[in-house]
Amino acid sequence: MASLAKQQHPLARSEAQINFLEKDCFIGPSFKEKLAEQGLFPLKPTEIEIFQMNLGKMCNQTCRHCHVDAGPDRKEIMTQETMLQCLDQIKSHGLKVVDLTGGAPEMNPYFRWLVEELSSLGVHIIVRCNLTIILANPKFHDLPQFFKTNNIEVISSLPHFTAVRTNAQRGSQVFEKSIQALKLLNKVGYGREPTYLLNLVYNPSGAFLPGDQLALEKEFKTRLKSTYDVDFNQLFTITNLPISRYLDYLQQSGNYEAYMENLIATYNPTAAKNVMCRNTLSIGWDGYLYDCDFNQMLDMKIVTNNSGTHISNIDFKSLQSRNIRIGQHCFGCTAGAGSSCGGATT
Amino acid sequence: MNSTYYDPADLKKFGEIEEFQPDLAKKFFDYYGDVFSEGELTSREKSLIALAVSHAIQCPYCIDAYTSDSLEKGASEGQMMEAVHVSAAIRGGASLVHGVQMMNKVKKITM
Repeated sequence: MASLAKQQHPLARSEAQINFLEKDCFIGPSFKEKLAEQGLFPLKPTEIEIFQMNLGKMCNQTCRHCHVDAGPDRKEIMTQETMLQCLDQIKSHGLKVVDLTGGAPEMNPYFRWLVEELSSLGVHIIVRCNLTIILANPKFHDLPQFFKTNNIEVISSLPHFTAVRTNAQRGSQVFEKSIQALKLLNKVGYGREPTYLLNLVYNPSGAFLPGDQLALEKEFKTRLKSTYDVDFNQLFTITNLPISRYLDYLQQSGNYEAYMENLIATYNPTAAKNVMCRNTLSIGWDGYLYDCDFNQMLDMKIVTNNSGTHISNIDFKSLQSRNIRIGQHCFGCTAGAGSSCGGATT
Repeated sequence: MNSTYYDPADLKKFGEIEEFQPDLAKKFFDYYGDVFSEGELTSREKSLIALAVSHAIQCPYCIDAYTSDSLEKGASEGQMMEAVHVSAAIRGGASLVHGVQMMNKVKKITM
């Protein structure tokens, strides 16, 4: 499957997605109205706790729900110069958690260099590993050991404990390869030794919301252990946001209206208080700054009074007083038990 | 009146039954919520039971709701279809077990 960008699909353009959600196929009320009802508008940041770097859109998979529109045909990746600028900011502001994502972040040629630099700073490093990359090429086979050496928290997607549901979302044979990769991670201690965290991400493989995070975690643990002898630490449930390829899926399958209505009907005020954009700074592959990874994919750069919008010229104080940019897609983070890169928020 | 007896949009209006009788509606929905919360049975198991019952009583609203709910709770397609077969087996068995009554009667009135 080619990315939307490669297909020159209308939804590859962020403006087209925003127009679809905010105008042409708007389903109300607006997210702004919902926030205002509880006195949360304009939405303000708390404190930057997570520095999330998108190392590029290049990926060995082309998942049907991917909000990044990542894939083998995407060539946009972060340069070493941008990484150096990020490292400077991490150092000077004493940031403690750095979350590396993509695409497949490991495909960036400076990935290992960056991890070692971060490791020497003593920050907590999270790598969002799609699992199959470990088997994709012999040069990636030692990734489990590399992760372990650098004390990385590994977060990996596995939308279901059955092959049929996982492969429907992530591609043919992805489930089988993911299980193989999980076994390799287990073998070096991930998910089994207390300090080597292996957390899984559950994204619903269709037009429905995730169920209770703890109940799903229990079921996943039982199933993966009994069938494959695979262990992991926590399961994070993440709601699919109606953008990019997932928006395309919703449109194509005739589920857009019902899905948006469901997101809005299950708006949870507590989840709204805990949205991840309040404590996260998202850095695009080209160094531009966003309130979250989803705003990044919609090209909604941060807006501040006195700071630039690029990692090379930011003013952290101004970032703290900015208004977080919002849109109808944000209902994905406030539905049900809430959703963030770290799972449910309530 | 609608031109059809069942309208998918009516499912979302279930809560509106309180309009004509709020006290009983409240009691029902409180009870309903408690029934489906995690207990001796998991909420996923309860959802699969509800899916099976939905097929037994052939309620399109319930089938719609508990198909989504089972998926949300992580049930697989295989588990969901097995639940439907449980429903079919009980319904079919309920007919067939009455065959014994028929046989009893036949034996009583024939030589």
